[in-house]
Amino acid sequence: MEPFTTLEAPAIPIDQPNVDTDQIIPARFLGRPRPDQAKHLFNDLRYDADGKPRSEFIMNRPGYEGARIVVAERNFACGSSRETAVTVMVDNGLKAFIAPSFGDIFFNNCFQNGALPIRLDAARVAELRAQLRDRPGTAIAIDLAKQTVTGPDGKTDRFEIDSFRKDCLLKGVDEVNLTLGYEADIAAFEARQHQEMGWLDGRR
Amino acid sequence: MTSPPQTMFEKIWRRHIVVDRDDGYTLLYVDRHLMHDGSEGGYAQLRRRKLKLRRPDRGFATPDHYVLSNSGNRADIPDAQHRRLVERITENTAASGVTLFDLGDERQGIAHVVGPEQGITQPGLTLVCGDSHTSTHGALGALAFGIGTSEVAQVMATQCLWQRKPKAMRVSVDGALGDGVTAKDVILAIIAKIGAAGAVGHVIEYAGSAIRGLSIEGRLTVCNMSIEAGGKAGMVAPDDTTIAYLDGRPFAPKGAEWDKAVAFWRGVPSEEGAAFDRDVSLDAAAIVPMVTWGTSPEDALPITARIPEPSTAPDGAKKDSMERALDYMGLVPGTPLEQVAVDRVFIGSCTNSRIEDLRAAAKVAEGRKAVIPAWVVAGSGLVKKQAEAEGLDKVFRDAGFEWREQPGCSMCVGMNGDTGKPGQRIASTSNRNFVGRQGPGVRTHLVSPAMAAAAAVSGRFTDVRRLLG
Ligand code: SF4
Repeated sequence: MEPFTTLEAPAIPIDQPNVDTDQIIPARFLGRPRPDQAKHLFNDLRYDADGKPRSEFIMNRPGYEGARIVVAERNFACGSSRETAVTVMVDNGLKAFIAPSFGDIFFNNCFQNGALPIRLDAARVAELRAQLRDRPGTAIAIDLAKQTVTGPDGKTDRFEIDSFRKDCLLKGVDEVNLTLGYEADIAAFEARQHQEMGWLDGRR
Repeated sequence: MTSPPQTMFEKIWRRHIVVDRDDGYTLLYVDRHLMHDGSEGGYAQLRRRKLKLRRPDRGFATPDHYVLSNSGNRADIPDAQHRRLVERITENTAASGVTLFDLGDERQGIAHVVGPEQGITQPGLTLVCGDSHTSTHGALGALAFGIGTSEVAQVMATQCLWQRKPKAMRVSVDGALGDGVTAKDVILAIIAKIGAAGAVGHVIEYAGSAIRGLSIEGRLTVCNMSIEAGGKAGMVAPDDTTIAYLDGRPFAPKGAEWDKAVAFWRGVPSEEGAAFDRDVSLDAAAIVPMVTWGTSPEDALPITARIPEPSTAPDGAKKDSMERALDYMGLVPGTPLEQVAVDRVFIGSCTNSRIEDLRAAAKVAEGRKAVIPAWVVAGSGLVKKQAEAEGLDKVFRDAGFEWREQPGCSMCVGMNGDTGKPGQRIASTSNRNFVGRQGPGVRTHLVSPAMAAAAAVSGRFTDVRRLLG
């Protein structure tokens, strides 16, 4: 996994609350290979039934083409567990998400894909969105080691992140490999559980 | 010294700690892993890493999302990529030794219907699935939550997950539910009250006499939609109802093991005086049949209400989002919900496709005629068989409903091609009314099975309590 350290890049504001993962990538594109899916990020918000771009959707407005950061509203990416909601963002260059709150599964899925979800105070997030709307294409700077977000107005906020998640992202640690390192603990747990709840163990 | 009383969630969590790190992260053991036709992604990651499934005996699989509702024959699936996913679950489970309930097996169905039905879901266990509605299984007193594909691969390889402990929230519903008011109305009322982000970061324990009074089917419906309230999981304490439900199920323990298990299950509920980070309560008697009007599950109202006026929104942002939702839904503020005409009905999904749901819908359909297309899709082959043994299929057919052939997710998400047409208004017993969930431009209203049947026979939303009178 690619490490995430700092990111200074244009950001795109998404003003609606409760944006669900069905909006990020509609279910009908899920059974397809990953390279195909990238084209369909926000498909039904971006394109009308004839495939023509909807001018009212923020991604279709001039100035946001190079965005690598999303600044969203509360409960961003709620809904289904589809990890595609993260990979389709990452494959479109969007690697950091700033919102007052997130859908839990999306939040966890980010860390598996080298992406950084950041929770900030709702008022500050609204301010950032307003600045990005006023000046499309302006940048936000994120420093994961320092846990800071600097907005277009130059104001810097500190964000909270678990040190476990932070370390994994900074080093690009792969969680599966990390977990495999705990083999002895897992085996000990299983032996103990087998004594207490043997009925859970089937053919092995 | 005695330790403070613990919640059910806390007890299950503690019992499953493999490693506790001092940075707040826990390596948590997973007792049961459910898989479906979307699990190919997890298997693909395993293959890429040249890893094996650690505990195939802890895995159970069934195809559901891409299964056709009119044919149990895989070869009939028209989309080659979808067909391939349904084939892959057969191949993957055969190669890895995971138990599979495949097409052609009467135990096949929606993973969240099959798990409890087979006795795979049990009190006090941790259970995961690469699907957000895994929260369903908490109805039996398990800690069950949905995970993404990378986490699926991790569970396959290690049977563990890195987790930070969520907070605990209790939602109490006390009192008696009125006639025609069901578990679906209870959970829609809860979400309307706390909001779609109301339980983010929390595990919900549903408590109170109205929850106690629900059957396991009803509790499954309530826990199913915990994710729609933003919750990580939802749970109901195991009790006599739970134990009676599990007795005799194929994957439940037997003989001396059963007695040992029951003794363990009795110790799972929250202890008297256990502290919750948040407490919410509702009066059961005040809940009436519910209908959603917008594009978030929190947009739920009693059937007796009118479409809300955006001008009454507390702030500009809320007003904007209400206007956008009403525009998508094609609704005029102030219209009584009972005057909204419906084009189509879907009875099914992991929320409401169990035998009780079908009985409740059939009771309304019996002796009446559907005036709009109405589909019934059973949650599993065994549910379908039971319904047919009770003659419910005949009741539905006589009433002009379509009794679909093959259990699965069907129109809940339309991944198998079962979608509505743009602009169509659907009364659906599923769990998500998101924009485009049942197809581009389709307008989804979430209701209970009884309310869905009432809409089918009247062509508009109708207070089912009048039809039951
Ligand atoms: S029935 Fe619907 S919500 Fe349930 S697992 Fe299937 S697609 Fe998901």
